[in-house]
Amino acid sequence: MFELLGIPPQALFGQLLLGLINGSFYALLSLGLAVIFGMLNVINFAHGAIYMMGAFVAWFLLQFLGIGYWPALILAPLVVGAFGIVLEYTMLRHLYKLDHLYGLLLTFGLALVIEGVFRNAYGVSGQPYPIPAAMQGGWNLGFMFLPFYRGWVVLISLIVCFGTWLVIEKTRIGAYLRAAVENQHLVRAFGINVPLMMTLTYGFAVALAGFAGVLAAPIYQVNPLMGQQVIIVVFAIVVIGGLGSILGSIVTGLGIGVIEGLTKTFYPEASSTVVFLIMAIVLLLRPHGLFGRPRT
Amino acid sequence: MTLELGKKLALAALAVFILITPFIGLYPILMMKVLCFALFAVAFNLVLGYVGLLSFGHAAFFGMAAYFTAHIVKVWGFPTEIGILLGAGGAGILGFLFATLATRRSGIYFAMITLALAQMVYFYCLQAPFTHGEDGIQGVPRGRFLGIVDLSQDLNMYYFVVGVFALGFFIIYRTVHSPFGEVLKAIRENETRVVSLGYNVTRFKIAAFTISAAVTGLAGATKSIVFQSATLTDVHWFMSGEVVLMTLLGGMGTIAGPAVGAAIVVALQNYLSGFGAWITIITGTIFVICVLTFRRGIVGEINRLLRLREG
Repeated sequence: MFELLGIPPQALFGQLLLGLINGSFYALLSLGLAVIFGMLNVINFAHGAIYMMGAFVAWFLLQFLGIGYWPALILAPLVVGAFGIVLEYTMLRHLYKLDHLYGLLLTFGLALVIEGVFRNAYGVSGQPYPIPAAMQGGWNLGFMFLPFYRGWVVLISLIVCFGTWLVIEKTRIGAYLRAAVENQHLVRAFGINVPLMMTLTYGFAVALAGFAGVLAAPIYQVNPLMGQQVIIVVFAIVVIGGLGSILGSIVTGLGIGVIEGLTKTFYPEASSTVVFLIMAIVLLLRPHGLFGRPRT
Repeated sequence: MTLELGKKLALAALAVFILITPFIGLYPILMMKVLCFALFAVAFNLVLGYVGLLSFGHAAFFGMAAYFTAHIVKVWGFPTEIGILLGAGGAGILGFLFATLATRRSGIYFAMITLALAQMVYFYCLQAPFTHGEDGIQGVPRGRFLGIVDLSQDLNMYYFVVGVFALGFFIIYRTVHSPFGEVLKAIRENETRVVSLGYNVTRFKIAAFTISAAVTGLAGATKSIVFQSATLTDVHWFMSGEVVLMTLLGGMGTIAGPAVGAAIVVALQNYLSGFGAWITIITGTIFVICVLTFRRGIVGEINRLLRLREG
């Protein structure tokens, strides 16, 4: 067996895989943030809390209704998406005309409430969620062991991310969306129901976060704090990538996940801060982000 | 004119109230906590209320100053007042660094950048040897002010904190009511216009942010002396959110509003301290209510009503 800088390949590839998995979650979450920001002009601080909710809904389904992983993968995002639609309809839509910061503050408050409710009920310890039966075991690739479930998470996240990108860039609905981002009033003048589109966009982006939560449930435990741990990193990723480009946020999310994984192998002390260091460097060299456009 | 006179009277009444509280049976430790957080919120409001920059990372200055001061006083054995000044200075330098990076973007990105940088500081505090990780720095001696006044007496400590609060409040008040402060308000109202008048907006933002961070540090450093400890709670992002809430609730862009908001939030937390996660839920709910219905804050609303009555 070969070794790389004194690190056994098993450990290196294991961390890389974990990095890719985290990167997939980052990509799903920052994609959602980018879509919401583009359409609604709101930075959704509650995105992390909703990711956590997705995991909890899957756990509830299993615990109380005996509904397993595969149906939960569809049902949980639907439940969470519906919750998001209610939030948008009752609260968020009153803030679109105001300064961005009110949207951030409102969703921050919502994140606190959601997290507080779950922490009240389940404390800070995690609830285990089993890996689905069809995904037990893994392949031995020679240089590393690839558990089926982890491979599946990376694969399905990529499919969903690029699917979203395709819908936004290549379909008629996507064209309406992009047009509404450029000039809402004109699109409304063409008889398209933009407020409804905004509500559904928020619901969809939030459902993506819930989907990521279900995917994460068997890997990490279902924990009320799982959202707040991830959301600040996702914010840094959004600053690095820029919110302007959907593809940019996918690529940045995955890239940062991998870099985190590598740091964990070679210099574990810095693994939790490396994202923020990269953000600082990007701000110095390319203040608008890797994929962002300078604001006019 | 009557409005100005009324404001001065209200301020004077508040000052008298602060000076006599130890004699009307209010718990001095709680009052000192209120004053520290009030100063924190007043300093924070300099950037949110007067420049229009939402910083989600002010806990870094508050908490780091607490760590600096606790370390300087406990391990290096410096006098209390020097420790506090050095802690505030350290927070100011940190604030300068934050601002240099964060002012490269504006609007919503500014908030996210400050939050991310503060999270980096948090992880640093979790790992650095001098902060003692989860334990924090405990048993910091209060010492003697100028070598004479024994601060281990709560009453002496209280008036020391009142003095620090007055100093910090004065710094912020003078900054807001100066030509420099006028430029800051102009940046808040119309940044492009200020640029066109030939001002270097970025420099003004960095200067305001640095002052705000230093005074925030003054509050954090004083808190570490009062409670004789510095812990991770003070650098956690939740603290950054809390100071935003205090400012929003009291009234951003008013000089006294944040202090009022701080007093309410601290009193509420003290009252709810036995209810665990309910604090988070209630804090979040107040946030939501403030943003949806009450964006001027308490003092902002009062000012508006008074102005309406004047016609």
